[in-house]
Amino acid sequence: MLRLLSSGLRLVGHRSINAVWRLGSASRFMGLVMLRSGLSFRRFHLIIDELHFAGVLSLIIIMVSGLFVGLVLGLQGYETLKRYGSAEAVGTLVALALVRELGPVVAALLFASRAGSAMTAELGIMKSTEQLSAMEMMAVDPFARVISPMFWGGFLSMPLLAAIFSVMGIFGGYLITVVIIGVDSGAFWSQMQSSVDLRNDIVNGVIKSVVFGAAVTAIALFEGYDAPPTAEGVSHAVTRTVVTSALAVLALDFVLTAFMFTGV
Amino acid sequence: MQRTTLDLWVGIFVAAGVTALFVLALKVGNASSVSVSDGYRVIAEFDNIGGLKVRAPVKSAGVVVGRVEGISLDTRTFRANVGLRIDKRYPFPRDSSASILTAGLLGEQYVGMDGGGDEQNLKDGDRLKITQSAIVLEKVIGQFLYGKAAETGPGK
Repeated sequence: MLRLLSSGLRLVGHRSINAVWRLGSASRFMGLVMLRSGLSFRRFHLIIDELHFAGVLSLIIIMVSGLFVGLVLGLQGYETLKRYGSAEAVGTLVALALVRELGPVVAALLFASRAGSAMTAELGIMKSTEQLSAMEMMAVDPFARVISPMFWGGFLSMPLLAAIFSVMGIFGGYLITVVIIGVDSGAFWSQMQSSVDLRNDIVNGVIKSVVFGAAVTAIALFEGYDAPPTAEGVSHAVTRTVVTSALAVLALDFVLTAFMFTGV
Repeated sequence: MQRTTLDLWVGIFVAAGVTALFVLALKVGNASSVSVSDGYRVIAEFDNIGGLKVRAPVKSAGVVVGRVEGISLDTRTFRANVGLRIDKRYPFPRDSSASILTAGLLGEQYVGMDGGGDEQNLKDGDRLKITQSAIVLEKVIGQFLYGKAAETGPGK
């Protein structure tokens, strides 16, 4: 009985020490990335490469998903609002839902699975094939040459992707409600404009997407850097990246929403 | 991929993202309409503000002329002090009146301003003397029932 208790406690202690240890190495890792980012900003073409990889290549999935999310929101919102005789408010519904929540969150989830997983796999394989060590041997700092450009590429492209997602979604909502169903176009835009606020809604949405971009990219890079140098280790790291960043995005979204949109 | 084509694609991506941000700010939001940061602030006292909220519009003849900036309770008179920030393009006479109105049957509440006839205009920090409180539905119904009861009561 006593032995069972002590082994249980030992398990808890082991887990917590591991968690704290990982947190510490993650912070040291991010500190190094920040410290070396000056060098990578001086060689800006490295960041442009990563912007192409994380941003441009994610454009298609972001735009198509945004369009379809907008179409569905428009259709569902119209069906419900029609009952209360205020079908024109569908513009407000689509715009507020996208700008405040769905744009940043869904774009971040797509970004994590499209770009974050690829970053983890790339870093993990670079580590397991000892390319990172080879760089160090040649006196090339892998943080300045590889990791920190990846971080800034992801960090800079995420807000732009979220904005494109929201605009595509609003366009989708416009398409389904105004062009196909026949809601009045003027009422659609004017109700939207009178209720969406620049400071409260749009700026807060952009802040959210910046935070999510930093979180997803940091998680992806750390998982890749920390992956055990085996095929299995890399595959587990990629899985962990997607799961952890999805949970982190949703949890951060709740915290940010609680700060931004409560009270007056 | 060639360096130049890669640069071109990244350029297109960044331009599209920045355009999207501007579209959000100008077309979806209302950055292009009145933002009353530089206006004068007047205080209106109400017996009851109903469901009025901070940032509700101040309208005169249906035109948005300002925003509600702050709501507080005066604990000496137990009346509500509502701070109104009014665009400086719209000067109002000093005896203007403010009332709390409702847009539509279930819509949001806003402050309606009616111009008076005074020679002097309102200045920063002035108080509006003539106000009309929000209509609270329960009170109206209560008064109506009370009146009915008085009409058909045992006195007659």
